Amino acid sequence: MTTTPQTRPDKAAVKGADRTDVTPGGVGDSPSRPDGILKVTGEFSYSSDMWLDDMLWGYTLRSPHPFALIKSIDISEALATAGVFAVLTSEDVPGENFYGLEHADQPVLAKDIVRYQGEPIALVAADHPEIARRAAEKITVEFVVLAPVVDAEVAIGHKPWNPPAESVDAGVDGQVPHLHPNGNLVRHLKLRRGEQDATADVVITGEYEVGMQDQAFLGPESGLAVPDEEGGVDLYVATQWLHVDQRQVCAALGLPPEQVRLTLAGVGGAFGGREDLSMHVHGCMLALRTGKPIKMVYNRLESFFGHVHRHPAKLYYEYGAERSGKLVYARVRMYLDGGAYASSTPAVVGNAGTMGLGPYVIPHVTVDAYGTYSNNPPCGAMRGFGSVQTAFAYEAQMDKLAAELGLDPVAIRQMNALEEGAQVPTGQVIDSAAPVVELLERLKAMPLPSTESDQLDLRRMPGGVSNTTHGEGVKRGVGYAVAYKNVAFSEGFDDYSTARVRLEVSGGDPIVTVHTAAAEVGQGLVTIEQQICRTELGVDSVVVHPKDTSVGSGGSTSASRQTYMTGGAVRHVCGKVRDRVLVLAEASLGRTVSDLRLENGSVVSRSEGVLASIEQVLGDEVVEETDEWRHRPTHGLDPETGQGFAHVQFAFAAHRAVVDVDVELGLVKVVELACAQDVGKAMNPQAVVGQIQGGSAQGMGLALMEEIVIRDGKILNPSFTDYLIPTILDTPPMPIEVLEYADPNAPYGLRGVGEAPTISSGPAIMSAIRAATGLDLTRAPVRPEHITRT
Amino acid sequence: MRITTTVNSEPRDVDDVWEGESLLYMLRERMGLPGSKNACEQGECGSCTVYLDGVAVCACLVAAGQADGRDIVTVEGLTEGNDLHPVQQAFLDAGAVQCGFCTPGLVVATHDLLARTPQPGDSEIREYLAGNLCRCTGYEKILDAVKLAASRMASSPTKVAK
Repeated sequence: MTTTPQTRPDKAAVKGADRTDVTPGGVGDSPSRPDGILKVTGEFSYSSDMWLDDMLWGYTLRSPHPFALIKSIDISEALATAGVFAVLTSEDVPGENFYGLEHADQPVLAKDIVRYQGEPIALVAADHPEIARRAAEKITVEFVVLAPVVDAEVAIGHKPWNPPAESVDAGVDGQVPHLHPNGNLVRHLKLRRGEQDATADVVITGEYEVGMQDQAFLGPESGLAVPDEEGGVDLYVATQWLHVDQRQVCAALGLPPEQVRLTLAGVGGAFGGREDLSMHVHGCMLALRTGKPIKMVYNRLESFFGHVHRHPAKLYYEYGAERSGKLVYARVRMYLDGGAYASSTPAVVGNAGTMGLGPYVIPHVTVDAYGTYSNNPPCGAMRGFGSVQTAFAYEAQMDKLAAELGLDPVAIRQMNALEEGAQVPTGQVIDSAAPVVELLERLKAMPLPSTESDQLDLRRMPGGVSNTTHGEGVKRGVGYAVAYKNVAFSEGFDDYSTARVRLEVSGGDPIVTVHTAAAEVGQGLVTIEQQICRTELGVDSVVVHPKDTSVGSGGSTSASRQTYMTGGAVRHVCGKVRDRVLVLAEASLGRTVSDLRLENGSVVSRSEGVLASIEQVLGDEVVEETDEWRHRPTHGLDPETGQGFAHVQFAFAAHRAVVDVDVELGLVKVVELACAQDVGKAMNPQAVVGQIQGGSAQGMGLALMEEIVIRDGKILNPSFTDYLIPTILDTPPMPIEVLEYADPNAPYGLRGVGEAPTISSGPAIMSAIRAATGLDLTRAPVRPEHITRT
Repeated sequence: MRITTTVNSEPRDVDDVWEGESLLYMLRERMGLPGSKNACEQGECGSCTVYLDGVAVCACLVAAGQADGRDIVTVEGLTEGNDLHPVQQAFLDAGAVQCGFCTPGLVVATHDLLARTPQPGDSEIREYLAGNLCRCTGYEKILDAVKLAASRMASSPTKVAK
């Protein structure tokens, strides 16, 4: 094990330069992104930037109602509009009208019923986007509007925590309507460990609520569908997993995979919001019908209806502890509102249920996690995936316990911290580093920002240049929280990635081409793929092939898994290519040599030095290998006890937040947000720090400002005017310490980085506001009235 | 309608522009310049920032017709021959680019900031760039990029003018 503490991001960024064993541009270095120049010059082609001669624009008519029956649809006037080439409804779906990531329960186009506001009903293709939009307005849909189911607990017949207005949920004859044939329960995860009737000296209870967060990626859902001349289609689209899209599009179009080819278009951020289909099937349907390329681009308003969101949650926690602060038991019920369709709700419930007690040892555990259907907007994947919501609750519980016992909040976390060798509530033993104690220790040791300033700068005050305070009524608080997240797909999923690597001589120099279908969404996987090829093959020139379905699946760009999984696949296949090159080298040398490797474009032996250049060895030979690579197998959970080896790897991060709170107005300014994270191996230190800072800012958004506000199933704030994400003025300095405790099971010892920082930053801010105000704060995002209690 | 403009120092005329189109739509869909981005199309995110007669504006809030007879510079026009502008190079070097959808707008906004205030402090940078949303980076490396560009441009002042 090695530890490489970093004090500032810029140091982390150049760490590789200090190491003698790092291949330039290889693993551990921070080379520039291969798409970087195109991105800074505006030439990178995003999914909304594509254009073809003779192209038409597609538009989606969506339901204005969260729950209604469709009695009739009249498209005649829309179809007769000049410039309109096609108007399609559910009747026109060529294959199955249902799709979904885990359950095929979501219609491509609604037929008899709509289950959420914004559900697609009809499609229009026209020669100008405005003509398409106006034609869609001429489609007449006759609805019978029903009372929506808007509460997760009510949906499954549980006693609600905050009962909604009676009229809203009563349904027919006081019964809650079943939104799907099997009822409104999507998944119930039961976790039972230790004594179910354990008692303790101190009991801490809390009821917590987390609002619905939006991924708010900046590049809107968009793509270009191009029909071929044989009844097939090429789809260029921004997504997180080409092959799972392809499977669903094929089913909806009734076409085999060879007739539905997907290529990744430039992705303007994802964060989970592109795991589900958006315009994919719709664009292809219009293209196949009209015989013309179809471009579809959602605007920001439509984007709020065009993708799933983070599940809002209600969380009931009861902890028992000894007077020393040692945790004895946890009894927890959690409700995650999945909205109208299942999306990835079952897996989100799996994470929330198994990770929901945080990185703490608790001997006796009872957890019931429920995922439900409702008529709220569909919810699915977002960075942190079930662990974000529960972290607000488990860290609030830790603060509350510390306050009750008069103990230091950091000390009580350290006293109960998981460590390597500990058993988590599913019975799984943590078999690599779990440095929770050290992460907190390092944060504590970091210098605190000063409380005094020489002169007033409104931009640093709560309320900012609104000039609401010059310091009066402002209290400072410091808070801590720890993230705990499973990496990659869990519960027995056959999780793999495919890589194709080719080595050849071109123009007299060796060149590597790496081809995977793994989606680059901004995180820098394309850079990582190049770095691994450079390190493994000793070749500087590495071309990243466009991502498409002509190579096997790369799995999902989610669950912090791509550097681990596709990185693992690229490394594995590089090894096969290297083996073949070394065989060729020995053949050309006419003897076997021990210790052969590829380095700096040459075949090298430790004892004899450089033996030949790769060009000499390869000549005209092209060495290409393709293979799949899997992480170690996981297993499903026992349905009654939730016990099992369900997770591949655990990621840990911790935050220290420093806030200034204007307690009179309830305004919060985050002064500093420090993070310490164990990444196993910093594959690209600059990118690692970028992931931690970006993830931290998203967690901060959920704590302080980000919420899709729903009333009676309708979104009240579908715009960047009303749904606020942090600006550069809201975001504080974020000092980062990166630890590298290698995981022996993972490629290069790495640990998935992307999600953990999104989990602990928000709870640390809540903890800091608690420290400043003495309030419990049970709801995220925290609003001014929660602080002023007015 | 017909729109006559100068874009990135070249005269550009466009026919058949519908009156409801924005300058952003005209640039992206009629002039082949999709570098200015369509993240919100309501003036909240700054991803479509361009110069209109030397003033940085959100192209989504300018009607195409308002651009008639005006001089426009987009992110595509900041590159100097084959060389990146120092602001572009700094965004790349500092790691300020992830998905990159905010980058063109931030590059233009930073270009404008440094023309007005060659050595801005942290608070000035934060205030000036508060109209440009980024969802990936948490802004730390954007701050680094602006400071890196400022210091490089100070040591090579011929690069400052545009």
